Amino acid sequence: MTPFIKALAIAGVLAATTALTPAAFAAKTDITVGAQLEPPNLDPTSGAAGAIDQVTYSNIFEGLTRFGSDGSINPGLAESWTISDDGKVYTFKLREGVMFHDGTAMDADDVKFSLERTTAEGSTNAQKALFADIASVDVVDPQTVKITLSKPNGNMLFNLAWGDAVIVAPESAANNATNPIGTGAFMFKDWVQGDRVELEKYAEYWGEPAKLDKVTFKFISDPNAAFAAVMAGDVDTFMPFPAPENLPQFDADPRFRVIAGSTEGETILSTNNKMAPFDNPKVRQAMAHAIDRQAIIDGAMFGYGTPIGTHFAPHHPAYVDLTGQSNYDPEKAKAMLAEAGFPDGFTTTLKLPPPSYARRGGEIIASQLRDVGIQTEISNLEWAQWLEQVFKGKDYGLTIVSHTEPLDIGIYARPDYYFQYDDADFQKIMADLNNATDPAERDKLLKAAQQKIADDYVNGYLFQLANTGVVNAKLRGIWENAPTQAADMTAVYWED
Amino acid sequence: MLPFLIKRLISLTLSLLAASLVIFFVIEVVPGDPASFMLGLNASPDTVAALRESLGLNASVPLRYWQWITGLVQGEFGISYTYKVPVGELIADRFWVSMPLSIYALTLSTLIAFPVGVIAAARRNSPADVSIMGVTQLGIAVPNFWFAMLLVLFFAVSLRWFSAGGFPGWEAGFWAGMKALTLPAIALALPQASILARVMRSSLLDTLGEDFVRTARAKGLTHRQALWKHALRNALIPVLTIIGLQFSFLLAGAIIIENVFFLPGLGRLVFQGITQRDLIVVKSVIFLLVFAVILVTFLVDITYAVVDPRLRRRSA
Repeated sequence: MTPFIKALAIAGVLAATTALTPAAFAAKTDITVGAQLEPPNLDPTSGAAGAIDQVTYSNIFEGLTRFGSDGSINPGLAESWTISDDGKVYTFKLREGVMFHDGTAMDADDVKFSLERTTAEGSTNAQKALFADIASVDVVDPQTVKITLSKPNGNMLFNLAWGDAVIVAPESAANNATNPIGTGAFMFKDWVQGDRVELEKYAEYWGEPAKLDKVTFKFISDPNAAFAAVMAGDVDTFMPFPAPENLPQFDADPRFRVIAGSTEGETILSTNNKMAPFDNPKVRQAMAHAIDRQAIIDGAMFGYGTPIGTHFAPHHPAYVDLTGQSNYDPEKAKAMLAEAGFPDGFTTTLKLPPPSYARRGGEIIASQLRDVGIQTEISNLEWAQWLEQVFKGKDYGLTIVSHTEPLDIGIYARPDYYFQYDDADFQKIMADLNNATDPAERDKLLKAAQQKIADDYVNGYLFQLANTGVVNAKLRGIWENAPTQAADMTAVYWED
Repeated sequence: MLPFLIKRLISLTLSLLAASLVIFFVIEVVPGDPASFMLGLNASPDTVAALRESLGLNASVPLRYWQWITGLVQGEFGISYTYKVPVGELIADRFWVSMPLSIYALTLSTLIAFPVGVIAAARRNSPADVSIMGVTQLGIAVPNFWFAMLLVLFFAVSLRWFSAGGFPGWEAGFWAGMKALTLPAIALALPQASILARVMRSSLLDTLGEDFVRTARAKGLTHRQALWKHALRNALIPVLTIIGLQFSFLLAGAIIIENVFFLPGLGRLVFQGITQRDLIVVKSVIFLLVFAVILVTFLVDITYAVVDPRLRRRSA
C-alpha cells in the first residue's frame, strides 16, 4: 500500500468514525418491553387481568394515589388529602393542569364519574368490593373532591392506588378497552393484537416528563421464544421472565442484568378448610410441618423466593416472620397425623393451575406429603377450569396458587372464599382494622391477623414470589419490586 | 361438469352446517366461565353476574346458536369477550399473517419437493435416490417446533440475521413482512416438503410402471421424454391430494410454530381464545378453519376433474 493510499484509508476511517459517533453515542429513547401475557383489553377498570395493569398502570392511566416501587402510597392525581377524625370523609385536593390525552382537562367531575362508575350497580369492575364503602362522591370545586364512606376504611388510600381505580373521562371511558385515554406520561399509539402495544410520550404531561419517547410492549408467551428474543436483542427487558432456569445464563452475559425483587404474591398451598380431613386443625398443622419450603423454592423456582409463615409480604413493615411455627419436621407431622386419627395418612386431591410455581412446586409438595403418608392425586388444570372447579366450585382438597393482590389478608375474613375459613375472631380483627386509621393501631392489628391465620394453619404458607427478570445492562429506572403488576416506564432511561 | 359442481356444492353446504352444530355444542360443554375468568380472584359474585348479563351469556342455548349462525351468514361474528373488538376484525388481521405464511410455506415445500421427487424417481436406486430418501425420512421425523428453535438459535441468536420472532405488520413493508415470515415458513415447509417429495417419487414410480408409459417408450420416446410428457401429469393426482391436505394443515395447524415465533396468526388466536375462554372467538375461528378445509377439498376435487377428464364423465 502506498503512503498516499494509506493516508486516504485512514482519513476515510476517521471520517466514518466521526460521522458515526453522534448516532452511536446518543442515548436511545425507545424501549421494547417483553411480556408473557397480552392484555385482553386496555381498560384497567374492566377486568382482573394483571396484563392490563402491566401496560397501562401509571404509563397511560393514573389514580388519585399511586404505588411507589417500594409499595408506598404516594400522591397521584391528588396532590394532597385530609381525612376527617371519624375516618369517614376524605377530601382530595387535585393537581392543577392535568390533561387527558385527548386534550380535555381532568377535574373533580371526572373523579366523581370514575368512582361512581366503579361502585354503580351493574358495574363490572373486578375490584368493586374494595370500594363498596364509598357512600358518595361530591364535587366541592373543580380541584376538590370529597369522598364520604359509609364506615371507616383504613385501606381507602391504598385501594385508590389500584389500577382498577384510575381516573377516566366520561367522553372516552366506553372506548378505553381499545383506545385508552388517560392522564399518564405516555399516550396510547397502536395495538397490533397478538403482537404488540405501542405507547408514545405525552408532551402535555403535568408532572416530570417521561425520558423515553416510545415504549413498545411485545407479547411472547412461550418461554423458549422469550429466551431467544432476549438473546437476540429483540426486547430490552423481560419482567417477570417466565423461565427462572434461564436467569443464570443471562446473569453470566455482560449485556444483561438479572433482577430479583419482591412481589405481592404469597404462594400458598390452599387447603379446603371445610373438607374432611382438613376441617381438623391438627391435620392442617401436621401438613404444615411436612413441607420443606426451601426445597420447593430451590426445586421449583431455582432459588428465587422468600419463605413465608403467614399470608403477608415479608417486605411490608408490619410483617412477622412466623416460618418457625411451621418448621419442616416430618417426624412431628407423622406424630400429629396419628394423633388426629390418621396413623396411615389419607388420600386427597391436588389441583394445579398452569404457572410453573404450581406445576413444579406441586410435584415437590406431593412427594413431601407422601413422606408423611399423605397421598395426593395430582390434576393439572387450565386457569378457566381452575376458577370453575376450585375457586368457584370448591371441589378440591389442596391447590397451589400465588395471591398477587397487594395486602390481601382480608380474604381470610370471607367465609365463602374458596379455602372456606370461617372464623369469627379473625373477622373481628379485620373489622377493627377497617375502622382503625391510627398507624400504630393498624400495625398491631395486621400483626394479630398474621398470627391468627398462622395459629389456625389455614393454608400451607410457602413463599413470597420473586419478581425475577432480565433487563439490558444499560437501562435504568426499571421497577425492581412489583407492588402491583405494573411496568412503570415513566422514570426509565438509557444510560449513555 | 355442471352437475358435478352442483353435487359438490350441496355436499359442501351440508358439511358446513354439520360442522357448525358440532363446533357450537362442543364449545358449549367446555368447562369454565368467561366472566369469572375475566374478573379474577377478588371479584364478588354479583359483579360476575353483571358481566355475564352484559356479555349475553344468559340467553338460551338454541337462541345463541341461532344468533351465531345467522350472524355468520351475514358475515357478523360478534364482539370478542376479552378484546372487546369485532371478532371479524380480529380474524381478518390474523388471517393476513396465517394465509401468507401458509402460502409461503406451501410454495417452498412444493418448490423443494417437485424436483427432488422427480430426480429420485428418475434415478431410482441411484446414490442420489438413496440419499434423498434418507434425508426426507429425517425431515419427516424431526418435529417442526424443534427445528424452528434451531433456526432461531442459529439465525437469530447467533448470526442476528433475523429477529427471533414477531411480525412487524404489512404496513412496515412487503419485504419486512416476508422477512419475518421466512424462518417460520422454512420450519413449516421442511417436513411438508419431505412428505411431498416421497409421495411425488412413489406416485411417479407407479405411473412409470404402467402400460401407457411402456407404450410411449415402445413408440421410441426416451425415458426422460416419457417421464415428462406422460407419467408426470398422471402422477399428479395423489400429489394434489397431499398438497390440499397440507394447505389446510398449514392454515390451521401452525399453532406451535406461531407460538415459537410469537406470530399473531389464527392458530395463536384460537390458542389464546381457549385459555381466556373467549369462546365467541374460538367458535368463529374454528368454523372459519373448517370452512377453509372444506373449501380447499372442494377446489382440489375440481382440480382432479380438470387434470383427469375421466372423473368429470364418471360423476356426470
